[in-house]
Amino acid sequence: MAAGTDVLTPPAPAHRRPKATRRARDERRLAYLLCAPAVVVMLAVTAYPILYAVWLSLQRADLRFPAASAFVGLANYLTVLRSGLWWQAVANTLIITVVSVAIELVFGMAIALVMHRALIGRTAVRTAVLIPYGIITVVAAFSWRFAWTPSLGYLPRWLHLNGDPLTAHASSLAIIILAEVWKTTPFMSLLLLAGLALVSNELLEAARVDGATAWQRFTNVILPVMKPAILVAVLFRVMDAFRIFDNIFILTQGSNSTQSVSILGYDQLFVGLNLGIGSAMSVLIFVMIAIIGFGFIKGFGAAAPGMDTGR
Amino acid sequence: MSASGQKRALWGLADIVVIALALVPVLWIVSLSLKTPATLTDGAFFPNHPSFSNYRGIFHTTLFTRSFLNSIGIAVITTVVAVILAAMAAYAVARLDFRGKRLLVGASLVVAIFPLISLVSPIFKLWLKLHLYDTWPGLILPYLTFSLPLAIYTLSAFFREIPWELEQAAQIDGATPFQAFVRVIAPLAAPGVFTTAILVFIFAWNEFLFAISLTSTDAARTVPAALAFFTGSSQFEQPTGSIAAAAVVVTIPIVLLVLAFQRRIVAGLTAGAVKG
Repeated sequence: MAAGTDVLTPPAPAHRRPKATRRARDERRLAYLLCAPAVVVMLAVTAYPILYAVWLSLQRADLRFPAASAFVGLANYLTVLRSGLWWQAVANTLIITVVSVAIELVFGMAIALVMHRALIGRTAVRTAVLIPYGIITVVAAFSWRFAWTPSLGYLPRWLHLNGDPLTAHASSLAIIILAEVWKTTPFMSLLLLAGLALVSNELLEAARVDGATAWQRFTNVILPVMKPAILVAVLFRVMDAFRIFDNIFILTQGSNSTQSVSILGYDQLFVGLNLGIGSAMSVLIFVMIAIIGFGFIKGFGAAAPGMDTGR
Repeated sequence: MSASGQKRALWGLADIVVIALALVPVLWIVSLSLKTPATLTDGAFFPNHPSFSNYRGIFHTTLFTRSFLNSIGIAVITTVVAVILAAMAAYAVARLDFRGKRLLVGASLVVAIFPLISLVSPIFKLWLKLHLYDTWPGLILPYLTFSLPLAIYTLSAFFREIPWELEQAAQIDGATPFQAFVRVIAPLAAPGVFTTAILVFIFAWNEFLFAISLTSTDAARTVPAALAFFTGSSQFEQPTGSIAAAAVVVTIPIVLLVLAFQRRIVAGLTAGAVKG
């Protein structure tokens, strides 16, 4: 077969060089053609709207008083930044993000270890944890809401609770965090499981022979190898938790001061119909997310997935 | 020997705890959906006299049946289009050499972490102007945008595992790069494409913020949005049972996907993310 192709291939190296560069050019053109549709769609629905949001945020744009629209500079931002409601929402969002991601990291690691070690029922465990991942967040949130509602649910009865936990601030936040943790821990644990697969058994065995306890093996052998996987998982979950919307919308509608920044922005836009203020919030949320992401990548050296495509 | 048996039992117990925690809220919503108005408030975890009346009820309301059709149509179209566009881009990212590759990958990472709320109001205004508000394409377009980054990552991770040599061999045999793509790489890439399709479908099936913001009637309202506005099969009835039944119906496709393709979903979720 090799002989056959040799006959067909022009033997003179002089011919090959221009061919190679033409192929490189063809390759580049094909690459742009292949990427163009995806890039156009992504830009059309993000770049233009975010610029439009910036522009809207500089206007007085209240749909209830369309005649009063005018350019107001940074006035909307000042209004937002001086509002107690905004800072309450920022505080709620940060609490929910930090607490739920911390819990998820611990539980996610535990579940990853269980899935990694599972001798019996490995498939059953993996299938079971994919259910929370795949289920519609709104559906799960309804399940939690009904479970905690005193007249309907089993949880107040089991826990001997008096009153409705979804009508008080702290208990509502706790239930929101619970719903968030239940829904997203599987994602965390699967990313960690993939990291766990990179830990070599010989290394663990060597540590065991040297007399390391299980905890020492975990902190000194497993964790360092898993660091990149942990950073990626935490980065993704922090970004995602910061956008929390569905769970709160169904569980409390943001009542008893449980609004997240996304819920507050939504209320301004679609309940208050104040596009100017709502857009200012939208831009501020975008900036906060960008700062968090940038901080992660610079501060912890978290390699964003896909950034290593150079390979 | 008995120590290892004990260990086994402990890990087995851990398995059971994890499975129970994952399934309890699902079983609870199933249980609620089987209760009747008379037993709804008895607080029992399992229904005493299971009844399918809630299911009969929701399939008699267009509110649910229309939104169910909308959900299926929008999620399927999003999945097909996203996978095609992402496969093209991922092929370029994984196999071809071109300037701007890092920019493309970085930009789609930005899209992946974009706070959706920041885009809702401008898209809402824009869609009103373009007559996309409350239509299928009006939801499909943003769903494409936000599933493309995930799809491109996952697919390019799968594509990188495909043996290069086969493509080169095809090109040496006279195939153009495009022919090499269609004839050689595409069949090898099918498993990755399939996995990506499942992940995109789950995303589109789940999405809520755009679904409530960019729709106003059952012309395009998907099930998650419809659930939030549910009023029960008659206006005098508590909607809890209907919500629970509808919730169970829309969870069934997800459960089937998970049961059938557990291995693929795990591979897909971890494909793009581990190589840090």
